[in-house]
Amino acid sequence: MDPRRGPLAVPKVRRVDAAAGPLAVPKVRRVGFFTSIEPSPETPRPNRSLSGPAEAITSSSPLSDSPSGQFISPVQIPPSRHHSDNLASRAAPVPVPGPSAFRRQLANDRTLHVGSYNPVDSLLGTSPPSSNGEVSEDSGSLFGFQRSDSAKLSASFPNGGFDMTVAVRAPGESEAKVATASTSDGRKKNVEASGESESVATKPRKEKETKSLKEKTSKAERRAIQEAQRAAKGEGSKRAGESSRPKPSKPAKQPPPKKEAPQVTSSVSEKRAVSVEKERRMDVPQTQMQYDDKSRVDKAKRRSVVEQTESKNKVELFLHLPQYERGNQLPNLSSNIFTLDTIHHAVYKVGLQHLAGDIAGDNARCIAMLHAFQEAINDYTTPPMKDLTMDLTAKINGYVSFLIECRPLSMSMGNAIRFLKNQIRKLPVDLSEPEAKASLCSEIGRFIDEKILLADKVIVQHAVTKIRDGEVLLTYGFSCVVEMILLYAHEIGRKFRVVIVDSRPNLEGQKLLRRLVTRGLDCTYTHINAVSYIMGEVTRVFLGASSIFSNGTLYSKVGTACVAMVANAFSVPVIVCCEAYKFHERVLLDSICSNELGDPDAIANVPLRNNKKHSKTMDNNKNLQFLNLMYDSTPAEYISMIVTDYGMIPPTSIPVIVREYRREDLLL
Amino acid sequence: MLTIWSSGSIPFLSRRNIPSLLRLLTVRHRHIFTGLSKMPDVQSMVLEFVNKLRKRKIEGSQATARCTVELLRSVISHHRVPHANQASALIDAVKAVGAQLVAANPVELAVGNVVRRVLHIIREEDLSLATAAVAGFDLLDASDDDEDVNGKGIGYPGMSAAVVAAAARSTLRPPSLQTLLEGTPESATVPYTSSSGADSESKTADKSSVTRKLKHDVIEGVNQLIHEIAGCHEQIAEQAIEHIHQNEVILTLGSSRTVLEFLCAAKEKKRSFRVFVAEGAPRYQGHLLAKELVARGLQTTVITDSAVFAMISRVNMVIIGAHAVMANGGVIGPVGVNMAALAAKKHAVPFVVLAGSHKLCPLYPHNPEVLLNELRSPSELLDFGEFSDCLDFGSGSGSPLVQVVNPTFDYVPPSLVSLFITDTGGHNPSYMYRLIADYYSADDLVM
Repeated sequence: MDPRRGPLAVPKVRRVDAAAGPLAVPKVRRVGFFTSIEPSPETPRPNRSLSGPAEAITSSSPLSDSPSGQFISPVQIPPSRHHSDNLASRAAPVPVPGPSAFRRQLANDRTLHVGSYNPVDSLLGTSPPSSNGEVSEDSGSLFGFQRSDSAKLSASFPNGGFDMTVAVRAPGESEAKVATASTSDGRKKNVEASGESESVATKPRKEKETKSLKEKTSKAERRAIQEAQRAAKGEGSKRAGESSRPKPSKPAKQPPPKKEAPQVTSSVSEKRAVSVEKERRMDVPQTQMQYDDKSRVDKAKRRSVVEQTESKNKVELFLHLPQYERGNQLPNLSSNIFTLDTIHHAVYKVGLQHLAGDIAGDNARCIAMLHAFQEAINDYTTPPMKDLTMDLTAKINGYVSFLIECRPLSMSMGNAIRFLKNQIRKLPVDLSEPEAKASLCSEIGRFIDEKILLADKVIVQHAVTKIRDGEVLLTYGFSCVVEMILLYAHEIGRKFRVVIVDSRPNLEGQKLLRRLVTRGLDCTYTHINAVSYIMGEVTRVFLGASSIFSNGTLYSKVGTACVAMVANAFSVPVIVCCEAYKFHERVLLDSICSNELGDPDAIANVPLRNNKKHSKTMDNNKNLQFLNLMYDSTPAEYISMIVTDYGMIPPTSIPVIVREYRREDLLL
Repeated sequence: MLTIWSSGSIPFLSRRNIPSLLRLLTVRHRHIFTGLSKMPDVQSMVLEFVNKLRKRKIEGSQATARCTVELLRSVISHHRVPHANQASALIDAVKAVGAQLVAANPVELAVGNVVRRVLHIIREEDLSLATAAVAGFDLLDASDDDEDVNGKGIGYPGMSAAVVAAAARSTLRPPSLQTLLEGTPESATVPYTSSSGADSESKTADKSSVTRKLKHDVIEGVNQLIHEIAGCHEQIAEQAIEHIHQNEVILTLGSSRTVLEFLCAAKEKKRSFRVFVAEGAPRYQGHLLAKELVARGLQTTVITDSAVFAMISRVNMVIIGAHAVMANGGVIGPVGVNMAALAAKKHAVPFVVLAGSHKLCPLYPHNPEVLLNELRSPSELLDFGEFSDCLDFGSGSGSPLVQVVNPTFDYVPPSLVSLFITDTGGHNPSYMYRLIADYYSADDLVM
C-alpha cells in the first residue's frame, strides 16, 4: 500500500462533509484531521491513533477516520475491538493504564502494517523536517520519529492537519469556497484543539527545558504527533516545509483559523497540483538535515548534548554539511560521562569513540553501536505510566541523535537502527518487560551475527572463487571484508600478489599492509596518485563499500571512485564487496549532495619538514580552505560486480535486493 | 681532459656518419681536440651540471632548460671554431655535450629539447649565412675544392643553385609547399651545402670575419632562446583572460609556476574565480601552490588527491602544467594527472595543459608510464622504521614482501587533453607534431 495516496483521497470526503454540515455522520470514512461531532476531549484521540484505520472499516464507527485506513487491504486488517473500549481507555491522559494494556492496543495497531510498506516509518521519514522535529539529521531522519518535542508537534499539528485538508481540495474550487470550508473546518478544529490543549497546552515550554518531562507525555499525545507527522507528510514534504515551518515555532497556540487558513490555502492550492504530482513521484524521499538552514541548525544546537562549534572557514560548496572544530569538545564530554542523565553510558562511550575516530570502518562502527544499544536496553526499565514500545523508541531516538551529533551516521548504521526500531515495534504485546528486553537483545545479536559477521563469511566464500593463481589484486584503503578475502585466498593456497593503494589523510592502507605482510602475502604499496602507473599490471580490483544505493551508485571512502575509474580505463574488472545490510533505497548522483566532512586540519598538516610554518601562518587566511571529504560516489558503470551475501550481482540488481529482501528481513 | 673528451665525442661522430668516418677522422680529429682542449673551465662546468642532473638537484623543466641553454652557450662561445666547416664542428661539440647531459637524466626531456633547439639554431644560422654568401658571390665558385667535406661535397655542385634558393626560402619559412614540390632533399642539404658555401666563401673573402659572424649569430640565437624560456610564463599568462571567466571553478594539480602565473594573470584582470588544488601526495606540491595563490589573493581550496573525482563534477576547467609534451600530443605531468584527466573526460570538463615551448619534445612515446618515469624514494610513502618492520616478516626467500611504488610522473594520452596553451598560442593535441617541426631539425631527433 502506498501512504502517499492518503491526501489524495481526502478531498472527496471533506467535500461531502462540508456540504452535510459539521454534525452529519459521514457514510464515507473521514480522513486526515477531520474530527468530532462532539467537541469532547475524547474524540480527537481515536482519529489520530494508528488503530484508526482498522476500526474504521470494521466497526464503521463515525468517529474513526484515518488517512491510511482505506488503503490497507482487508487481508491485513486485524479483528477489531470495539471502538469505545479504546475511547474509554485512552480518554484521559492521566491516569493512563499500565504499559501492558497499551501494548496490547499497539500490537493491534502494529499488525496493520504487516506486509505493507512500512507506512509509519516511511511516513515519518518522509515528513518534512519542520514537522519532524529538528533532529532529522542525515540518516537519522529515517527512523521513526525523532527525539522531537512532542508537545511542540502536537501543538503545531492542528494547523498542519488543517492546512492539509484544505490544501488537497481540487484546484478548481473557488477561493471563497475554500475559505468558508476552512472556516468551518477551523471551528471544528478549534474546538477540538481546545479539547486537546487542555492536556497539551501547558507542556511545550516545560518540555523544551527538560527531556524527562517529555517522556511523560501521554501515549495519546504521541499518537497525536504521529498523526501530525502523517498529516504533514500528506501535504507533501517540500511544500509543507514552506507552509508549516513557522508553525512549530508557535507552540501551544490555539490556531486562529480564520486569519491564517485562507492565506495559506490560497498559496498552497495553487501549487497543489504540482506538488501532488511530485509526491507521487517521490518514492522514498528522506530529507536530510541541511546545515545551511540557519534556524533549524540553531534549534538543533539548543538541544544538543555535544557542544560543537562550527568551524568558521567552510567551503561554500559544502555549507549544507556540518563541519565542526575538532578536538576541543572531547575532554569536556569525557568528563561528563558520570553526570549523564539522558544518554546511556555505553552509548555515550560509543559516541565519543566515533567522535575521536577510535572506531573506524562501517562494520565496526555499526557493531559498536548495536552492542551499546544492547547494553542500554538491558539497563532499561519502563518508567511508570509508560509503554515500553513508545518509551524505548523515544530513548533510542535520543541515543541516535546523540550519535549523530558525534559523527554523522553511516548508511549502514541507519539501516541497523531502522531494524532495531522495527523490532521494538513488532514486540508481542503479551511479553513482560524482561522478556521483551531479552528478545530485543537477542534480535540485535542475531542482526550482528547474520547480517554482518555471517554475511562477511558468505562474501568471502563467493569472492574467493574470483581469485586465480598468478593474479595481481588491487585494493584501496582498508576494508575488513577485502582483508578477509585476501587472507582466506592466501590460506587456501592461491598464489597472488596484492597492490594496496592508499591515500591521505587516514592512510588506512598501511594497516592493511601490516596485517597482510604479517600473514606472508606479497604486497605492493603505493598512493592513489600512482594508481594509473600500477594499474597496468593489475588483473582485478577489490573494493569495500560504505553503502550501495539503489541506482547502483557505490558510496565509499573517498578515492574509491578514482580507483574504479582508472581500473575501468585500463579494462580491469572492479569487484565490490558489500554486505546486503548496507544497501540503501536512496539514490545518489554525485559526491556533493550527501557526504561527510572530516577534519580540515588533517589535510593542512603535511608530513614534510619544510612545510611546518606554512600551515601555521596560513591558518587564519580566509582565502585558504582545506576540504576533507570522507566519501565519494562511484557511478555504477565502473562496477563490474558486487559480491554480497545474496550472491554475486551486477549493480543494476541493487534495487531488486533492496525491495525483495529488505521487506522481509529488516523492516517487518 | 683530452682523453675524456675524445672518448665522449668520437663515438658520437662515428654514430652520425659512419661511412665518412674514416675519411673525416684524420682531419677532424685535430680540429675538435684543439677546440675543446682550450676550455677547461667549460669542461668543469659541464661535469658539474651533469652531476647535478644525475643527483636530481635541479627540479622543474624550466630551470633545467635554462641551465642547459646557458651551459651550451658557454660551450659554443668557448669553442674554437676551425676555419673550415665551422658549423658542423659546432654541432658536433654541442652534440657531444648534449649527449652527456641527456644521459645524466634521460627522464628530464627538457634537456634534450634544448640541446636540439640549439642545434637547430646553429643549422639555421649557418644556412642563412650561406645564402647570404651565395647571394653575394658567383654560384660557380661554390666548388668542391675543400678537403674536409670532399666526399659529401662532390655530389652538390650541379644542383647548388636550386639548393641554395630552397635553403634561402626555408630560412624564412622552413618547409613550404613549394620546397616540398621541388623535391629538394632538404635534410641533406641544410648542413653540408651551407658549410661548403661558407668554405668557398672563405677562399675569397676574409675568413676571420665570417667565422666570427657564424659564432656570433649562433650565440645571438641562443640568447634569444634563453630569453624565450625565461619569458614563456608571461607569454602563456597573457592568454589567461581568454580562457578564464568570472565565477569559474578551476582544478589544478601539483605545483607549476606556469599555472601560478596563468591564474594570477586572470586574477589581475579582475576576474574572480575559485581554485581547487589537489595536494599532490606524496610531495605535497599542491600546498606550495595553494600558499602562493592565497598570497596573491585567490580563493583557494586544498583537497586530497582522492577527492579529485568527487569534486570534478563542480569544476569548470582543469588546468595543469606539463612536465613535457610529446610529439603525439601526449603529456607527461606530475603523478596523478592521468586520474584527473580521466575524471575530467568523464564529466566533460576541459583539460587544459600549459607548456612552454622548451617542453615540447620531438619524440613519440612508447610506454611512457614506465620508460619516461622515475621512481622516488619509498620513504615518502612509508616510514623506514615501519617499512623495515614489514620486511622483517619476509619469508627469507630473498625477495622482499613489500614493494613500494612511488613514481614521479604520469602520462596523459592525447585523447584526454582538450587544449595545449603554449607561448605561441592554443593548440590541439593533434597539432603538436607540427608545432614541434618548427623548433627542431629532423636530423637531431635521434641524438
